[in-house]
Amino acid sequence: MAKILAVLEQRDGALKKVSGEILAAARKIADSIDASVDAIAIGPAGLESDLNGLAADKCTFVSSDSLQLYQADLYASAVEATASSGGYRAIVIPATAMGKDLGPRIAARLKCPLVADVTAVADGELTLVRPVYAGKAMSTVKVTAGTAVVTVRPNAFEAAGSGNASVEKIELPDTAVKRVTTAQVKAPENKSLDVSEASIVVSGGRGLKEADNFKLIEELAAAFGGEAAVGASRAVVDAGWRPHSEQVGQTGKVVSPDLYVAVGISGAIQHLAGMRTSKVIVAVNRDKDAPIFGVADYGIVGDLFEILPVLTEKIAKITAG
Amino acid sequence: MGDQLKIAVLVKRVPDSEARIKIDSGSGGIDPASVKFVVNPYDEYAVEEALALKEKAGEGEVVVISLGADSSQETLRSALAMGADRGVLLKTENAPTDPFAAAQILAAELEDGGFDLILSGKLAIDDYHHATGIIVAELLGLPGVSAASGLTVESGKGSAEREIEGGVEVVDFQLPAVVTCDKGLNEPRYPALKGIMMAKKKPLEVKDVTPADSGVEVVGLDLPPARPEGRIVGEGVDGVAPLIAALQQEAKVL
Repeated sequence: MAKILAVLEQRDGALKKVSGEILAAARKIADSIDASVDAIAIGPAGLESDLNGLAADKCTFVSSDSLQLYQADLYASAVEATASSGGYRAIVIPATAMGKDLGPRIAARLKCPLVADVTAVADGELTLVRPVYAGKAMSTVKVTAGTAVVTVRPNAFEAAGSGNASVEKIELPDTAVKRVTTAQVKAPENKSLDVSEASIVVSGGRGLKEADNFKLIEELAAAFGGEAAVGASRAVVDAGWRPHSEQVGQTGKVVSPDLYVAVGISGAIQHLAGMRTSKVIVAVNRDKDAPIFGVADYGIVGDLFEILPVLTEKIAKITAG
Repeated sequence: MGDQLKIAVLVKRVPDSEARIKIDSGSGGIDPASVKFVVNPYDEYAVEEALALKEKAGEGEVVVISLGADSSQETLRSALAMGADRGVLLKTENAPTDPFAAAQILAAELEDGGFDLILSGKLAIDDYHHATGIIVAELLGLPGVSAASGLTVESGKGSAEREIEGGVEVVDFQLPAVVTCDKGLNEPRYPALKGIMMAKKKPLEVKDVTPADSGVEVVGLDLPPARPEGRIVGEGVDGVAPLIAALQQEAKVL
């Protein structure tokens, strides 16, 4: 029976939410070719408690305290050792900062193709759908090779429920060569959710008029009670109002949250490309003809400086219950 | 290694990010007549970084390399106009859609080049793989760092910053190495008129290449499904109450 390998992701010794999505995506791919799903987790010993009852046949746990931080070459060696040991049709990896770095390493080592940033599984033998041109078009790709690395976009699949995978703990292969060393991870001054991972994104654009007014966006995001991240249009990032890590669009991050709120963003093509797969889109803009209303489910036309405080207060009340 | 830095930069010709994509029903690909092509924006950060590092070192060479059709000569000339010293076009009308196949061709070209550093954008804004540079690193057995938004290179050692979700990873490595570049690394220079004139005279070598069979087949390219028709729920602050109601009752996201 064919097998699929799901590569899970941890941070600080805890499994990340995206790991459940990877198990779900791997299951979906497996169902299309009548395969089973194995999982692999790489991290410090403390991760073990999170690995009970995963939705897979078995979970290989490569455990070492030297694997606390993402160490590119060591993680790649760990996955390579398991992946090359037995007949995997696909190695499924989250398209996160970690996975986008790890995926190509695995493809190189297994000498196989890589299908990046998959958002859906199509009918047919190992056939996958992925956005190209930052979502301006969807490409359907059929894997003809025996094995492929598949990275999966966060928020595109609903996380798998629980199962009863057995956990097999193994050591890092001693052939692992470390060429790049992750020395540390610097946390940002104000720890906030990343736009690519948040279930709600509140983005601001040039309509905010100046950098200081972004506090209105931060307040609305905060009103959702820790569920929302702040995003920004390219114009305000290029103007230096916001860090580029917040930029949503074709030359920034491509996001698919449950709710995307665009405030004072007219909706340039490159911005729409980055957020049009959001499940629900709300736009607040002064110009009723702004292109953003063309993709929004719900729009309010008017002065954001009047609307936002009222909206923030209402949302905060609902969040507080 | 002395003060001389020999740097290769991988560049790709892509449709402009402001372009509206049309699908050509004949080829099943995008309609190239409908879009303007540019140097992949992330590759411009790589070219800028290479030029700045060479200037700092005092001596060296920046070689720009592109895999693609004959039209990619234009892309290489743009990089030469920014200040790169020479260009190499790995010419094929059938550039692979799989990053592993593309990386194999690039790695073969780079292998004996004696480069201290190989730079590229973190991804190309057409196919969005975010993979080719790192596969090249692996194939060459070199340290590979993806999506660097900060880079320092000194005495054969490198250090880079990579943005990850909710933090910045700091990584250390030895040269030679492959680094892919993210926004934030630098501000790419605009080619001056003199640079544009000089670029026409700089060496640009064209080599025919034949990609290996790719392990994937693109079986469809479609425009994304249209979003369901939305509506304006109100004007000014009067819009807030109906918006909340719609989010709670229709969309059920609150």
